[in-house]
Amino acid sequence: MDSALLITQLLNGMQLGILLFLLAAGLTLIFGIMDFINLAHGSFYMVGAYISGTLVVLLDSFVLGVLLAIPLTMAVGYVTEILIARSLYLRDHLDHVLATFGIILIFDTVTHLIWGAEGMVIPLPAWLNGQITLTESIQLPSYRIAIISAGLLVAVGLYYVVSKTRLGMLIRAGASNRTMVQALGVDIKVLFSLVFAAGAAIAGLAGMMISPITGASIGMGNDIIIVAFVVIIIGGIGSIKGAFVGALIVGMIDTMGRSYLDQLLKLFMQTGTAETAAPAISAMLIYILMAIILAVRPQGLFPPKVR
Amino acid sequence: MRTSNFLTPKWLFSIALLLLLAVTPILADIFDQAFYLSIATRILILTIAAISLNFILGYGGMISLGHAAFIGIGAYCVGIPIYHDYSSGWLHIVLAVSVSAVFALITGAISLRTKGVHFIMITMAFAQMAFFLFLSLDEYGGDDGLTIWYDSEFASGIDIDDPTTFYYICFVSFVAVMYLYHRIVGSRFGRVIRGAKSNEKRMQALGYNTYNYRLVAYVISGAICGYAGALMGNYTNFISPDMMGWTRSGELIFMVVLGGTATAFGPIFGVLSFLVLEEMIPDLMDMVHSGAGFYWHLPFGLILLLVVLFVRGGISGFLDRLGKR
Repeated sequence: MDSALLITQLLNGMQLGILLFLLAAGLTLIFGIMDFINLAHGSFYMVGAYISGTLVVLLDSFVLGVLLAIPLTMAVGYVTEILIARSLYLRDHLDHVLATFGIILIFDTVTHLIWGAEGMVIPLPAWLNGQITLTESIQLPSYRIAIISAGLLVAVGLYYVVSKTRLGMLIRAGASNRTMVQALGVDIKVLFSLVFAAGAAIAGLAGMMISPITGASIGMGNDIIIVAFVVIIIGGIGSIKGAFVGALIVGMIDTMGRSYLDQLLKLFMQTGTAETAAPAISAMLIYILMAIILAVRPQGLFPPKVR
Repeated sequence: MRTSNFLTPKWLFSIALLLLLAVTPILADIFDQAFYLSIATRILILTIAAISLNFILGYGGMISLGHAAFIGIGAYCVGIPIYHDYSSGWLHIVLAVSVSAVFALITGAISLRTKGVHFIMITMAFAQMAFFLFLSLDEYGGDDGLTIWYDSEFASGIDIDDPTTFYYICFVSFVAVMYLYHRIVGSRFGRVIRGAKSNEKRMQALGYNTYNYRLVAYVISGAICGYAGALMGNYTNFISPDMMGWTRSGELIFMVVLGGTATAFGPIFGVLSFLVLEEMIPDLMDMVHSGAGFYWHLPFGLILLLVVLFVRGGISGFLDRLGKR
């Protein structure tokens, strides 16, 4: 096996895992605390990418653009929560699915109205566009390293906030027993808004980081959000740790499956059959994984302790 | 809620709608509007799919976000045999129904072990699997889809290439499926399914194995939706994995909710209004400002949101309230 290729694929898997974690973190908290299925969470991923793309070009600075785009995306999330999401928490899951499906349509069309149909190319500054040379044959693209480090940083920060601060304590308490937290005098509405907006900002950050590689496009969040749901279901809904482990598993399996499954299948199949079967199976791999995990452990790998 | 009075607005409206659907080909012929016949055909096919979803979602409380997969499977059960020159319509129908039923049996057996959001997501995951499976079948067009060059053929001299004949096949199927579900919902089996939705523990305490009942309901629903898919394949003459994407399943749920879940006429009301909105909004917007119709998803999404937030019981519920005044 080509070791340079293997390392590149490992990096790609890490990168996908990290991006999925950023999406899944908000999703799992929102679901865990508010029992709210937000299919439109992917829209914040898209909105973040477009806002930062515009600012990066406008300000001619990548870092400044991203730093400004984060609070803006957070504001979009906050407004969405106050206007729409808030009145849905007490409804059933069917209403959540439908209403957030409507929100997706609205976000996609508004984005289309503002930024046009062509999508957006976001330039990378030269200092992020290089390669880090480890050895003669192994070079790592520095932007991918930057994405992974930034993502890990957010993961550590989230872990700190959720497990070490008073706010995090309230969030965890809210996830395990909402009514009790309310009875203890915590303004649960404010807590909900905060978590929703923060989740939106983190999802937006994922969009901002990937957009220099893939560009920003309408509906870019709609496919990845489904994978993020797979992540939180594998990890156990409501658990940050579960989201992190689940995201890395899904990111790795998806990437590795796409690059190495054909070689694996060739070990016990004819070359032709393996080459036709591999793409189909690798695209289905994460869903197969999810089905197996749900069949064996319906609550996911790390379900929150008290529900 | 059994009333002997059939003169409620809902019943009058429903009966008028059925009569209208029965004579649509004649009207389309008189006014020379083949386009409306085509729309009406689509309404009937989607209604069959919506009825099948309404049974498990509305009466059974099983929110499947993967029901479009059955439409896709049914359509591919027409497209793939025709690609290999097996043109028998009976073969297509048997294939569509049985493959869908088997898919429903396998996926349902796993999905129904879960509840709530897990069920929603696992049904969606299985539909995504089907989506990616057909996406990777390069032989049958993959991403680009597959054109069906001719329609299913029936030995008995029925020519379904003819729009009117095809319409009446859909209409008869629609009436048959409506009647079938009317019988199922009222039967002992249907009562167990409804009972399990409102209080599963009690049904279990009464000695019913709710899992088995739900599985049977899920398989019936999948099989009927697969049949709708076979009709859809003949209707569009072009099939692609896009038919089973998760947004399609979301639209199907919207149709059921818009019409009113767990009601006999809800699905047809829902599909009808969904397609009317889909056709009308762009036209209306273009009238206001040329080219604006391109952005019809915006008002459409808003309407969806407003329906969820403010309209309880969908159109069927609205007509019920109209009758009580």
